[in-house]
Amino acid sequence: MLHMIEHVFVEQSLVTAFAAVGALMLISNFMGKRLTRGRVHGSAIAIVLGLVLAYVGGRITGGQKGVADIPALAGIGLMGGAMLRDFAIVATAFEVDVIEARRAGLLGVAALALGTVLPFIVGALTAMAFGYHDAVSITTIGAGAVTYIVGPVTGAALGADSTVMALSIATGVTKAVMVMVGTPLVARLIGLDNPRSAMAFGGLMGTVSGVAGGLAATDPKLVPYGALTATFHTGIGCLVGPSLFFLIVRALVG
Amino acid sequence: MTIFGVALLALCTLIGVYLGDLLGVALGVKANVGGVGLAMILLIAARVWMLRNGKLGHGTKLGVEFWATMYIPIVVAMAAQQNVVAAVSGGPIVIIAATGSLLICFAFVALLGRIGRRTAETSPEVEHGGSVIGGDTDGEPARPAPALATDRR
Repeated sequence: MLHMIEHVFVEQSLVTAFAAVGALMLISNFMGKRLTRGRVHGSAIAIVLGLVLAYVGGRITGGQKGVADIPALAGIGLMGGAMLRDFAIVATAFEVDVIEARRAGLLGVAALALGTVLPFIVGALTAMAFGYHDAVSITTIGAGAVTYIVGPVTGAALGADSTVMALSIATGVTKAVMVMVGTPLVARLIGLDNPRSAMAFGGLMGTVSGVAGGLAATDPKLVPYGALTATFHTGIGCLVGPSLFFLIVRALVG
Repeated sequence: MTIFGVALLALCTLIGVYLGDLLGVALGVKANVGGVGLAMILLIAARVWMLRNGKLGHGTKLGVEFWATMYIPIVVAMAAQQNVVAAVSGGPIVIIAATGSLLICFAFVALLGRIGRRTAETSPEVEHGGSVIGGDTDGEPARPAPALATDRR
C-alpha cells in the first residue's frame, strides 16, 4: 500500500509538490492567525518551516537540495527551482506601479553598487582575519559574501582551491537564509515599507532567493520592486569579482 | 484567453533571459546579467502598451496574475530546497562574513530609504499588487477601478 502511494508521489512529482506546499501554507496561515494572532505573516512562517524541512531533508539524505533530495518530494525541486521561480518573479512585474519604479531608479543603481562593494569588503576582511593571505582566496570568499553564485564563479575564474570555494558558497547560502528569516524581523526598523526602500533593499541584499523570500515574508506588495533591482546583482557581481575586485585585492596584499 | 497571458509572460521571460545572456557575453561574464530584470521591464512595457490600446483582456490578465499569485508558494518551495545543512555547519568564518555583510546592508537600506523620501502614502495600484502577489483574492479592500489605473499614466 505505502509503496504504491510513494510510487504515485514519484510519478506525479510536480502535482505532489503543489499539494505539499499547499498543506504547508495552510498550516502556516493557521499558526500565524491563531498562535501569533496575525502578528507574524503566514508566509513568513511557511518560509521558515520550509527552511527547517530543508535542514531535516539535508540531514536525512546527505544531499544538497533539502527536501527535494527525498524521491517522493522531488517535485519541490522543480516547483522551487530557478525556472519557475524566475517565471513567477517576472509575473509580479505586472503589478508594478511604473511611476514609483521610475522614481526610485537612480536609488536602485546606487544600492546595486553599494550592495556589491560592501559585502565584498566584509567578506574579504573576514577571510584575512582568519588567516588567508593570498589574493585568490580573499577575493573568492569576499565574492561569496556578495551572493552564492558570484562566489563560485569568481573562484572558478581565479582557480581557487576547493575548500575556499566551499567556504565561499556556504557564506552566500548562509547570507541568503539569513535574509529570508531576518528581513521581516528588521523591516520596520530599517523603514522597509514602501516601493522606494524595497528597491534599495533589493539592490543592497542582492541574493535573489534571499530577497524573494525576505520580501514575501514581510509584505507581498514590495516583492516586484525588490526583485527588479536584485536580479541585476549576481550579474554585476560576476562581472567585477574576478576582474576589478581581484586586481584591487592583489594590489593591496601583493 | 488565459493562455495569451501565460504565453506573454513566457515570451517576456525568454527574451529577457536571452538578452541577459547576450549582455553577459558582451561583458565577458560567465553569468546572466539581469535577465529576469530585463524580462520584468519588458512585461511592464507590454502591460502599459496593452492598457493604452485597450488590448488587455480579462483572460490575458488572469494568465499573468495567476503566476504572480503563485509567487509565495514557489518561494516556499524554494526555501525547502536550500542547502541549509551547509549554511548551519559553515563554521565561524561563514557566520561572521554573512552576518557582517547582512548587518551593514540592512543599515544602508535604512539610510538610502531616507534619502529624498517622498510621501509615505502608497498608491492604490501598489496596494492592489500586494493583494495579488499575497494570493489574497478575498478579504481585501475593494480593488481600484481599472479605469483609475489607466488614468494614472
